[in-house]
Amino acid sequence: MIQLRGLTKRYGTFTAVNAIDLEVRRGELFGFLGPNGAGKTTTLRMIAGILKPSGGTVHVAGIDVEREPLRAKARLGYIPDRPFVYDKLTGAEFMRFVAALYGQEGPVVERRIDELLALFDLAQWKHELTESYSHGMRQKLIIASALAHRPEVIVVDEPMVGLDPKSARLLKDLFREFVGRGGTVLMSTHTLEIAEAMCDRIGIILGGRIIAAGTMDELREQTQAGDLPLEELFLRLTGGLHEGELSEILDG
Amino acid sequence: MAEAVLRREPGLARILSPKWRAALARFRRGRAGALGKTLVLLGVGGVFWSALFAIAYRVLVAARAVPDLGLYLPGKVLGAILLTFGSILLLSNVITSLSTFFLAKDLDLLAAAPVDWLRVYLAKLAETIVHSSWMVVLLALPILTAYGIVYAGGPLFPLVAAAALAPVLVICGALGSALTLVLVNVFPARRTRDLLSLIAIGAAASVVVLLRLLRPEQLVRPEGFQNLLDFLVTLRTPANPYLPTEWAARVVMNWLTFVADPLPPTVLWLTAAATVVIGAALHGALYRDGYSKAQEGAERFVRGKRWSLAAHRFVGFLPVQTREFVLKDLRIFFRDTTQWSQLILLAVLLIVYLFNIQALPLYTGERVSFLLVTLVTFLNLGLAGFVLAAIAARFVFPAISLEGRQLWLLRSSPLPPRTLLWSKYWTGAVPLLVVALVITVLTNLLLRASPFMMALSVGTIILYTLATCALALAFGAYYPQFDTENAAQIPTSFGGLVFMMSSVTFLAVVIVVEARPVLNYVRAMREQGQPRIDADMVLAMAVVAALCLATTLGALAAGARRLEEIDR
Repeated sequence: MIQLRGLTKRYGTFTAVNAIDLEVRRGELFGFLGPNGAGKTTTLRMIAGILKPSGGTVHVAGIDVEREPLRAKARLGYIPDRPFVYDKLTGAEFMRFVAALYGQEGPVVERRIDELLALFDLAQWKHELTESYSHGMRQKLIIASALAHRPEVIVVDEPMVGLDPKSARLLKDLFREFVGRGGTVLMSTHTLEIAEAMCDRIGIILGGRIIAAGTMDELREQTQAGDLPLEELFLRLTGGLHEGELSEILDG
Repeated sequence: MAEAVLRREPGLARILSPKWRAALARFRRGRAGALGKTLVLLGVGGVFWSALFAIAYRVLVAARAVPDLGLYLPGKVLGAILLTFGSILLLSNVITSLSTFFLAKDLDLLAAAPVDWLRVYLAKLAETIVHSSWMVVLLALPILTAYGIVYAGGPLFPLVAAAALAPVLVICGALGSALTLVLVNVFPARRTRDLLSLIAIGAAASVVVLLRLLRPEQLVRPEGFQNLLDFLVTLRTPANPYLPTEWAARVVMNWLTFVADPLPPTVLWLTAAATVVIGAALHGALYRDGYSKAQEGAERFVRGKRWSLAAHRFVGFLPVQTREFVLKDLRIFFRDTTQWSQLILLAVLLIVYLFNIQALPLYTGERVSFLLVTLVTFLNLGLAGFVLAAIAARFVFPAISLEGRQLWLLRSSPLPPRTLLWSKYWTGAVPLLVVALVITVLTNLLLRASPFMMALSVGTIILYTLATCALALAFGAYYPQFDTENAAQIPTSFGGLVFMMSSVTFLAVVIVVEARPVLNYVRAMREQGQPRIDADMVLAMAVVAALCLATTLGALAAGARRLEEIDR
């Protein structure tokens, strides 16, 4: 459902994403891991059609995002890491606006908005301006609005940040249910336990390149890590601080 | 664990360092990126500055030549100018200190750091004064320079002028921030900002109306000077002896007229020091509560649901994407006090404009020539075009920039950039067309323009409005200010300036093309007593129509292309 071929993004002389090849299949939840600045968000934003790639191609549901952006985007739901919404719209108005961007309106959409707002515990705030929402509430509003048009593919950047435990649990169940029904999710996260528990396959990106990808077992095999948890495996692949360095810093 | 030792508290320069370093980085980036940009800014600034200097210089030279009056009038005028600057500064400081002291992004960091409150106060006060005063200082420079040159102030005059102006800036800064501090303790900061925008706009509108109603043009008429003795007595007495701006004017004028009086500078500097001390004391007592309150106070509910329903019906015929986009823009505009309150100022300016046209001495006594009325009507078309360009700069140019934070949503959705642009276009063009027609038709009625001139003006202004609105959007897409939170700052950016220059150039082209048919029309009326439609006239109209339509479509196409290219 998502296919990246030689995907590259350069900012001047800096290469943020370097010729990535990746395929996320239908009915799969794919976890995208990597240290800060590794190129995760840039990759996701290129898939969502927000950034133009410097090279390579992105296909969503078999449609080339560069050649037929509108058709590809109609099948996609994008959830960014920072919940910027229109402060002067109410929650319901925002959802109605997002549905309209996907060409949807009418009683069916209204029912869908009510359902989604109730699902994310936002029903009682639906007629309040989003400027009075907390960070977590805005995040939930964005997630709800990304589901309003019933996408086939969800691309989500750090979805758990700012969510309370109940909402985080809801989101995990929702994504599993979504892929169970044939949907596709590409999710970037720093919460390795969540990635390990939820994702069918995991890709690790470092310096703009995918350095490892596969199921947990395949990753262990690739790194000869025995039955180490994902956290250890991730640090082994991406490098971490030594104890000596830590005590040096803390002791001054 | 080793005990954390605070070796030395950070000084003022250290607290302010992120600000000046950021300014320096912006300057370096600008210098490396665009020499042309700097040249345009310098050019426009230079022209404006020179014009202001030339006006001040000529007025002062003329005033100096008047016996007796030459000594007092410039002092009086300087006092009035500084009083106006002082009022603007006070208002500006009240609004700026809301951001710097209560809403700025660095405040959490400063509040959590072990920095003495007095240093935070002084650093923030300095920041507030610089932000609020730079434009006033730039305006004051050519005027004070003219004073120094005309009255031979000597090489030390710049220092004297600076010593007179600096305490005024400090006093306004300290008073403005103290006033804000008290206001925030009464209302939460976000509500105060709304309230203040209204007060500011209302105050500005009142000043404009007041200045206009005073009819300053009458002062230059000879009959205004009938009672010279009374006039001189009024000039000699200071109008506001207890205001710092008056003391500053006296410092400058005493230097220029060789009067040694240590009282004005002493009182001025002592007052400046006292306001800072009082401001610091108030800050120490009230800031913590105020800052805490500033974190609250976002608006929760919406008002005006009936208007919303009416708007929904009005645009009901549009396709769903366009319709919801237009409704979204209207809702946001009318729910944001800082945005809709600008309409008050616009209404006042339009009333003043109409008042000015009505006050033109065209039909006061003897019969005026047909040529003069036609000429004034034609020039009025140009002036109306300029006013419309300015309105487009304020309301249409920022439209793309204001989507900055939500661009992720628009770019990731299947909304064609063309639809986005056309939605924005009609949201801006329809109200602008209404304003354009109101201005043109009313002023032409006031000027008793002929049917030919009325038809020409209305036709031209419709076409020009459509084109200038498209230009505003296209330039808005080419020079977006995505990170600006205050929409009112966007039109004064480099892109806003380039848009205004392009729009005015385009207007000049339209006026030049139409000048010939208007001249032919005047000739025909003189010779035959009735208008004659000839090939020249038809060709000129066709050229204007083609130019306007090509500009509209070309600008919108370029804007849409640019929107697709934005990488953010």
